[in-house]
Amino acid sequence: MIDFGFTPFAAGVTDLDKANLSLAKQITEHEPSFNLCISCGSCSATCTAGQFTKFSFRVMCHQIRKGNTTLAIEEASKCMLCGKCTLICPRNVNTRNIIRLVRKAQTTTP
Amino acid sequence: MKLEGKRKIWNEYQKEIADDKYFYVRSCIRQAVFPGSENTYLRIMRDVLKKDVHESAHHTTCTGIGYHTEVVPFETIQTVVARNFALMREAGYENYTPSCVTSFGIYTEVLDTWHHFPEERKRTAEYLKKATQRDFQEPGNMAHTSDIIYKFRHQIAEKSKYKLINKATGLPLKVVDHIGCHYAKMFPAKGIGGAEHPHVLAGLIEAFGGEVIDYPERRHCCGFGFRQYFIKANRGYSIAASKKKFESMEPYQPDLILTNCPGCNFFMDRWQYALAEMEGKTYDTKGNGIPVLAYEELAGLMLGFDPWEMGLQMHQVGIETLMDKIGIPYNLNEKYKGAKGEDLGVPESPRNINFYK
Repeated sequence: MIDFGFTPFAAGVTDLDKANLSLAKQITEHEPSFNLCISCGSCSATCTAGQFTKFSFRVMCHQIRKGNTTLAIEEASKCMLCGKCTLICPRNVNTRNIIRLVRKAQTTTP
Repeated sequence: MKLEGKRKIWNEYQKEIADDKYFYVRSCIRQAVFPGSENTYLRIMRDVLKKDVHESAHHTTCTGIGYHTEVVPFETIQTVVARNFALMREAGYENYTPSCVTSFGIYTEVLDTWHHFPEERKRTAEYLKKATQRDFQEPGNMAHTSDIIYKFRHQIAEKSKYKLINKATGLPLKVVDHIGCHYAKMFPAKGIGGAEHPHVLAGLIEAFGGEVIDYPERRHCCGFGFRQYFIKANRGYSIAASKKKFESMEPYQPDLILTNCPGCNFFMDRWQYALAEMEGKTYDTKGNGIPVLAYEELAGLMLGFDPWEMGLQMHQVGIETLMDKIGIPYNLNEKYKGAKGEDLGVPESPRNINFYK
């Protein structure tokens, strides 16, 4: 094989027919405001934990919607539950409760 | 929907294309990588269709590549465009026909700017006067050269020696079209069929008897995003975009990829080689790759032009597989000979994609 100095980046495409969306379903059932999120990123911009780690609530929501449960749980573990994101959210998404539900899933996921 | 209503709506997707007396401007990329294609266009227009096509040795690049990579400022590009328009009027023509889709997008964008911001036009006229002592006027009609071939597709098909039919099976060949993003995605009204239903290449395929394949990523970029390709660190995005298209068209096993943009033609062709060398994979079943042609190269082949005179040996993926299927004769001994029979040298063979020589 020839090394051209670059290779095709892996496509970030999720096949929603095959993805495991059980976590997204579980969160929507218990916290319907999850569906109000418009991914504006205000939560991540104001996040205290995000100042010190690579934590992003917005990215975590994307991981949940793509069925990447393990990555979502990893993200949720970085949160300090300070609640600033809940105050700033323009759509009144109950972000703290979503974090709580993801953490709960961590304990129930085999 | 009633057929009458469909026709009425389709009429809204048409554009006016001049009938004769064209001012022709060349493409920088095509002259560098597929130098025979533009000559083929001129042969078709002048010798087959008997049209008046004029080109000026003084016309320059539209500077589109510099513009899209933020090297050339918008004021400069407007003045360069105005100068090319001035050359057209000086030669006594008013129908402007750029060969490049990037240029077509640039000209369209500049004309639209002048329409909405007359002060920009005024300033450009001052710059042009100061720099070259020239005055300019906008074209009476502007069409991309693929529009022109589309307009005369039935006439060309009537005069053709071959059809897009598999000689062995008698079935139409499967062709995927790829239309350059700057053709109609920026200004949909300027393209035949707009951005949603572009027909400029599909119409040509149908006229030659081929079958148009509609595949999921048909409208996806070819991978020649300027910022993706020109910066080496970003080239992974470029080749990933092409790969996505190849993977999407692979299940349909197309016999040909038809393009109308110099960049798309280059990338759909060369990235097949690069992917074969990087990953050992081709997207046909026999390790040959899928041949890629521009609209006038296809028209030239159908008309019976000699493939090597048209410069088809400059394509990375061999065109021989397509010619074999149609039954077009060719002489491999002349593939790497110049116009006077001189030896041009045979390129090194790639390792993972078949090469005819």
